[in-house]
Amino acid sequence: MNQLKRILASLLAVSMLAFASGCGGSSSAPASSAPASSEAPAQSQSAEPAPAPSEVSSASPERPSDSTGSAWFGASSDPFPAIAAEDLKIGVIHITDPAEGSGYTYTHDQGIVGMQENLGLKPEQIIRKNNVNDQDASAIETAILECIEEGCQLIFATSWGYMDTCEAIAEEYPEVIISHGTGYKSNGANFNNYFGRIYQARYLTGIAAGLKTKTNKIGYVAAQNNENSEVTGGCDAFAMGVYSVNPDAEVYVKVTGSWFDPEGEKQAAEALIAEGCDVIGQHCDTPNPQLAAEEKGVWGVGYNSDMSKDAPKAVLTSTVWDWSAYYTAAVQRVISGEWNGQNYFGGMADGLVAYSPLSDLCEEGTAEAIDAAQQKIMSGEWDVFTGPIEDNQGNVVCAEGEKLDDATITGGINWYFKNVTVK
Amino acid sequence: MDLFIKFLVAAVGAGTPLLFGTVGEIISEKVGHLNLGVEGMMSIGACAGFMVGYFTDSFLLALVASFVAAALSALIYAFLTVTLMANQNVTGLTLTIFGIGLSNFIGVYMLERSPNGTLKLPERITASMRSIHIPVLSDLPVVGELLFSYTPFVYLGVAVALLMGFYLFRTRTGLNVQAIGENPASADAAGIEVSRWKYINIVLGGGICGIGGAYCSMIINGGVWISDNVGGLGWISVALVIFAAWKPQMAILGSFVFGALRILKYYMPKSVIDLPVAFYDMLPFLITALVLILSSVHESRGVNIPANLGNNYFREER
Repeated sequence: MNQLKRILASLLAVSMLAFASGCGGSSSAPASSAPASSEAPAQSQSAEPAPAPSEVSSASPERPSDSTGSAWFGASSDPFPAIAAEDLKIGVIHITDPAEGSGYTYTHDQGIVGMQENLGLKPEQIIRKNNVNDQDASAIETAILECIEEGCQLIFATSWGYMDTCEAIAEEYPEVIISHGTGYKSNGANFNNYFGRIYQARYLTGIAAGLKTKTNKIGYVAAQNNENSEVTGGCDAFAMGVYSVNPDAEVYVKVTGSWFDPEGEKQAAEALIAEGCDVIGQHCDTPNPQLAAEEKGVWGVGYNSDMSKDAPKAVLTSTVWDWSAYYTAAVQRVISGEWNGQNYFGGMADGLVAYSPLSDLCEEGTAEAIDAAQQKIMSGEWDVFTGPIEDNQGNVVCAEGEKLDDATITGGINWYFKNVTVK
Repeated sequence: MDLFIKFLVAAVGAGTPLLFGTVGEIISEKVGHLNLGVEGMMSIGACAGFMVGYFTDSFLLALVASFVAAALSALIYAFLTVTLMANQNVTGLTLTIFGIGLSNFIGVYMLERSPNGTLKLPERITASMRSIHIPVLSDLPVVGELLFSYTPFVYLGVAVALLMGFYLFRTRTGLNVQAIGENPASADAAGIEVSRWKYINIVLGGGICGIGGAYCSMIINGGVWISDNVGGLGWISVALVIFAAWKPQMAILGSFVFGALRILKYYMPKSVIDLPVAFYDMLPFLITALVLILSSVHESRGVNIPANLGNNYFREER
């Protein structure tokens, strides 16, 4: 009897473990590998809650007041002395392995490779530390210190969870430049922060989706709900793109609640297709929503990298990052002695965000419609979050003639555009 | 109504990897070995099945490979726990970590060498593992969709579960095997070859788990390789064994119910009930806990938990 109780207890413990791993998808407790996340902030989901949007925006360094200015902004120091290109060593800290498919680390590493080619650096000038778990401060510290020891003068840390460790090490090694992606901390000298206006590219891919749909129902698989401003704002931008060319179309959103959930992302897409959606957009890490669309004979809009390599019969275009735009600009500053610790928030005009080449599946006129919108964004005469904007509850969230400021865009969008329904 | 049928169909699909994992684990637990390596064995099966499918373009070979590879990994577990009498929990957890790591390692290695940065199964195998279509039958309204519209894995899974149920409860060998799980010393005294049947069951169970892994890499991910593709389903299978009360036939029901609960969040109209996503994520495990409570209250009734589960058998200890 005692035996039985003991076993039942241990089985219960196992089922609890399963609970933990089941919800988090990849965060299966004993698994050694870190989850591949679409967004670095995701990494904080398992161990510590991500800061609330308000916290982010208040802690956020001041953003440029509008999107037309330079991508570089914020406090600055005296410029660092120039380092000749051939003497430069660059460290890169990745959360997973760059070889892994279409996701987050892959796109960052493509950016590093692009930067290396743009500036004519040699491969051995780049030191990569892969699979550095961003919840493990000692692993992060070891990786960064190894880079410093090997002579790196500049280190890119690509994941959200590296932020605090980067801050501490930057203080200890004031001559080493540490550049951290997606976070909000910086010290205006040798520790800066970089991110981008992906919503601009989402708006443009929304145009492709809006023109393509026959059922006037467009699905969107979102990793997080409206507490996450980046996901929600991206979804809104996509929906506004749809609305701009097809006011009758609706955007149905399903939330997986996880940054990496292969099965959930596929199931969410299938459920959307079952409800009549014939174009599937996504903000999550795997190409599974696109593959589900391909299997069911409908279309889709990918994310992170060009997913037409995974689902060539479904993908119209993908919302993509080109991190080489930032990496090249940052390294260029270091080489020319212009590095002054400013932060970076780049957009379409900087080449940081884009859409992948339109496939033949797109409707006629898609390229022209996207080009027209892109012109307006690139020239700075108009940006996505320009009023009037009405949410799906009937509230005006941005009045006519106004623009959302960058602090709101990065941390304060918790509403859905008027043609969006959360399913 | 149409959406409801689609929900049921999707639930069966979501439950299928769990079905393989659960049946495999039941087979192993019936000889008294709690194998926490299900996630790892599924990962190894996922990798082997995918890679063999990728290179041979044969669905059958992929299935065989996933079975054999996972069975071999279970053999490691069997050797460590049956012959060397290592702690079952530790060995199982190690197998999980090893399996996921090996699977990702091979996957990334292959990805780095793929021509266009993606590993996608060839067209022919993708077509042969997609949902079946039987002329007349699949076109029947409702029934056609509910019974004749699945991937071959679903039918294979149900067949394996029924077969294993028959094996455990209707054959002399199966009853002998169950005796090992209840009281290995008595079984030994009765002339049952304890170690041999432990090996056979653990390895067989591992192989069945491996087919579930192949489902993850080949169906869930649409034939494109991604790392960590089992994504915790192995752990849910371990929990599901309790829900199924150690009966393979019950595992069919259990895995489809769990599958339904896992995808409920995508099909429940927000206009009817608006609950946070986390609530749905919790449901399967809440129900498992309830089953645990109920089954310990009614202990005499139908609980098939092997009395000697989790203990290694030292023959000399008698």
